[in-house]
Amino acid sequence: MRVGIVRFPGSNCDTDMYRAVTVGLREEAIFLWHKSHHLEEVDVVVLPGGFSYGDYLRCGAIARFSPIMREVIEFAKAGGLTLGICNGFQVLCEARLLPGGLVRNASLRFRCHNVGIRVENSDTPFTRAYEQAQTLHIPIAHGEGQFVADNETLDELEGENRVVFRYVDDSNQTTLEANPNGSARNIAGITNAGGNILGMMPHPERHSLKVLGNTDGLGVFESLLLAVSERKLAAKPIHEGKMVGTQ
Amino acid sequence: MTENYLADVQITPRAGILDPVGETIASALGNLGYEDVRSVRAGRLIRLEIAAETAQDAQTAVESMCEELIANPIIEDYLVTVRDVEK
Repeated sequence: MRVGIVRFPGSNCDTDMYRAVTVGLREEAIFLWHKSHHLEEVDVVVLPGGFSYGDYLRCGAIARFSPIMREVIEFAKAGGLTLGICNGFQVLCEARLLPGGLVRNASLRFRCHNVGIRVENSDTPFTRAYEQAQTLHIPIAHGEGQFVADNETLDELEGENRVVFRYVDDSNQTTLEANPNGSARNIAGITNAGGNILGMMPHPERHSLKVLGNTDGLGVFESLLLAVSERKLAAKPIHEGKMVGTQ
Repeated sequence: MTENYLADVQITPRAGILDPVGETIASALGNLGYEDVRSVRAGRLIRLEIAAETAQDAQTAVESMCEELIANPIIEDYLVTVRDVEK
């Protein structure tokens, strides 16, 4: 599997992501420069966390118009596996590849700590290595991670099983206290209707190596590896032997 | 002939979307004794100078900029006000 990590000016989780893929998973990762127009034949595109373009105007609003986003949007719309973490999630919403938006945390504080998130749908290319309803402990680090959308959109996301992660407490319950940013319905991560684009505020790459003390996040990358292998197998032409004799 | 216009874009959180900044200001005003304040919505102002044939053309152009970049209509409301540049 070849993972392309987009580097915007202000990205700062790009190297963590690189290590999660190359050290945690032992797969190939490359960096994609924001001014480039080539995705270099990658199987997965990752928009990493950070403060692209200084978060000017709105988080992700300027990055959305980076040169490489033309190809990223094309790739994602054609069904390419696309993962946006934190600032990457904000960019995906600004690019309208995912519904809703991310605004200031209800607490007005930058929150940087571990949270519990529950896997709400383990049948996606990003979560199949997890059990349904499994709780993961993953760090968050954001000031603008409150997911908002109108009720109709929220109902649609829930009805179509597109809420992939929710913030939960130690008892795996979606309580108000477990919600670090005031996100609607405790939503921590969602997919598009096609299921090939995931945006999430928590940082799985920061919990993907043993040396970091926790590998709960590695499953996202293991899931992607499974999904990519499956896709490659399906794309391979099947050469059947000629039938000999009579049936 | 084009003229220069000043366009003010007021951007506020969309109705129904929690505005923690506005709420914090409202609460601080309450603490200061301004008890008549019913609600506060906090946003930002973006001022552009733009060349256009008419004020209406300037208005249309800036509204299109808002839809594309200046505001995010999913989470924000915007209001464009155009006036002549004072000579």
